Amino acid sequence: MTGSRLRICLGLLLLSALAACDRAPAPVRFHAQGQPELLSDWGVLRVADHRLRLNDGVVPYELNTPLFTDYAHKLRTVWMPRGVSARYTADGAFEFPVGTVVSKTFYYPRVAGEAADSEVVARSDSAEGEFRDGALDLDRVRLIETRLLVRRQEGWIALPYVWNAEQTEAKLMRGGELVALSLQDADGKRESATYQVPDQNQCGGCHGTDIKSKALQPIGLKARHLNRDFDYVGGRAHQFVHWQQLGYLQGAPTPAAAPRAAHWRDSARASLDERARAYLDINCGHCHSPKGPGNTSGLWLDAATVEPLRLGRCKLPIAAGKGTGDRRHDIVPGDPDASILVYRMDSDDPSAMMPEVGRSVVHREGVALIRDWIAAQQGDCG
Amino acid sequence: MSRLTLVFAIAIVLSACGRDAGPAHVPSAQVAAGDPAYAETLRTRLLDAKPGDVIEVPAGRYSFDRSLSLRVDGVTIRGAGPDKSVLSFKGQKAGAEGLLVNASNFTLENIAIEDSKGDGLKVNEGEHITIRNVRVEWTGGPSTKNGAYGLYPVKTRNVLIENSVAIGASDAGIYVGQSRDVIVRNSRAEFNVAGIEIENTVNADVYDNVATNNTGGILVFNMPALSQQGGAIRVFKNKVFKNNTANFGAKGTPVASVPAGSGVVVNSNDDVEIFDNDISDNATTNIIISSVYSTGYKDEQANKDFDPYPERISVYGNRLSGGGDAPDGLDLKALKVASYGLTGSLPDVLWDGYRNPKPAKPGDPNLCLRDVSGVLNADGPGGYKNPSKDMAAYNCTLPKLPAIDLKRG
Repeated sequence: MTGSRLRICLGLLLLSALAACDRAPAPVRFHAQGQPELLSDWGVLRVADHRLRLNDGVVPYELNTPLFTDYAHKLRTVWMPRGVSARYTADGAFEFPVGTVVSKTFYYPRVAGEAADSEVVARSDSAEGEFRDGALDLDRVRLIETRLLVRRQEGWIALPYVWNAEQTEAKLMRGGELVALSLQDADGKRESATYQVPDQNQCGGCHGTDIKSKALQPIGLKARHLNRDFDYVGGRAHQFVHWQQLGYLQGAPTPAAAPRAAHWRDSARASLDERARAYLDINCGHCHSPKGPGNTSGLWLDAATVEPLRLGRCKLPIAAGKGTGDRRHDIVPGDPDASILVYRMDSDDPSAMMPEVGRSVVHREGVALIRDWIAAQQGDCG
Repeated sequence: MSRLTLVFAIAIVLSACGRDAGPAHVPSAQVAAGDPAYAETLRTRLLDAKPGDVIEVPAGRYSFDRSLSLRVDGVTIRGAGPDKSVLSFKGQKAGAEGLLVNASNFTLENIAIEDSKGDGLKVNEGEHITIRNVRVEWTGGPSTKNGAYGLYPVKTRNVLIENSVAIGASDAGIYVGQSRDVIVRNSRAEFNVAGIEIENTVNADVYDNVATNNTGGILVFNMPALSQQGGAIRVFKNKVFKNNTANFGAKGTPVASVPAGSGVVVNSNDDVEIFDNDISDNATTNIIISSVYSTGYKDEQANKDFDPYPERISVYGNRLSGGGDAPDGLDLKALKVASYGLTGSLPDVLWDGYRNPKPAKPGDPNLCLRDVSGVLNADGPGGYKNPSKDMAAYNCTLPKLPAIDLKRG
């Protein structure tokens, strides 16, 4: 082989290697330490051809009833290193192995004619996301942020990444950010929102579900929230079953034997009480629980609580300040207009509203559900 | 009455109301803006904090549109002085506190927090908390729009609040909730609904403080359906005067039931000692002892082990003067007129009259009163029909409570 031929062969070899790289992107990279500046450093999501795609092994999932965040739509994913898996638990978050990377991308459907970085985005409360065929069409959505929850040796850490205007990369914003938005509904009416990207400590405000331990925990990755089907690229399947096939989950019972939170809008299959409790559980129960940061109030809204007084029935407020809205009880049966719970959900004043972080506008459909639930309750507070 | 005299009468009433409202609030400090970049630096330092860190906040005013938070143990945040280093939350758009702390061995000192949307400083869960030489203020004066609490440790243990100032809170200026082993001293609370409030807290010493121009000066409260019931509280050597600011708390809050002109209020607590204070000119009355029943609570709103009755409350050796002359609210006005005549005043102590029918220790007195001008048992259980001025039942002595020792060496 002459020298020039050797060089050409080598060149060809290099080219084919590069082409192979192009076909199979670098795998997800778990960073056991440090705080990578760019979301792409993790390799969970990648942008190509105006689409946001998931890397190999990154599994999308949905919750029966999701948490409300200013009408943002969410693409949730989980990834685990090869050879390890999560352990099923019935009540709390699954026990995930070191190396797990959970992502949640917050985005809005775009209003026709509005650019990717326009303040004007669609306000839609549709249960269906824009994630189809394994990708988000970036010509149709505005990406806001991607939050990572990463399971390291020392525990979970939270990292908020904010997308650039070109929707090509997201940068770590540990101090959080406020994003001015104008939410436009189907009738063209607009409502301004100051979307808050939480700072890294504020992540702990919700994910620190045990205030004494201060350890962060996933909120949505519990049996009752995950017990549902998902439209995978390869077809519809139950999430537990799919995860088990992938080797991501061990010890799960059959879906029928696992707890299942209601879908908050599915009145055909769930009672008003089940839907309201599911909504309160995911939106409030991570703080308002016996161990959560909201336990100071004596109001517990997690799925396990059954005592009516603890759930707010005829309960007087503690340290609610002006969050009472001049009302006397958290829940007055049959009278949502007299119930503090409704007042605080229906407020967008940071000093009165609940939850304290995570939203700047009122979730009208959620408030309507809780109003209906309270209106249907019997009795009075004397 | 001719129209003219009626107008005069109204004018007199109005001007009297004006006087009753007390002096106007004047903001405490004018502080020049500091380096705006420091605001983000501080946020990052709170995120990156390691145990043992001392975060110095230089002189200047720093603005924040979102809450700050700290979750690392063993951190000190230290300013250049409460009138020099100011964290300003005027224009805050998100977050329910100015600074939210979930950490132990935390110290905040020599600094001010102004105009937060919600609470000024909230410390939720933690041990060994020190708040020293801190000012929390809503600079526009009393307003229902102000944040609820100024300094707000809750579910904490071993807490020292000293040399601090709280002004304008729409609930309580200094509020210690569901905590244990607490000292609040040498501090000032002014123009709040409640000046200093100790709620569901066990073992607290509140001394050498000034509480004036609040709706209620110093409150020792127990609320039902919480993690613990408080008790063993000493309130001594404080100056509690002219707490006559109209109640601007949101309705439905427990403090909204506090009549303007309340000096020291004990509600549903056991083992409270009130001594050696100067308490004066609180227009409803200088000392109120009550149960949750008279603030509108029902039994079914309490957990079953909640004790609504104030028991073993000891009041002695205070210097009490004035007050009781203009109680807040029609019921109390009527009670005053019925018991003491048009020109009379309520005595130093007002008790709603709810007494535990089954005291834990039979024979325990619920109230022991000395050195007071009198007491009025308002007969709450009897529908306020037969108030009693009889002092005989309160001539007793209770063992003194131990001093709080925070064991800080």
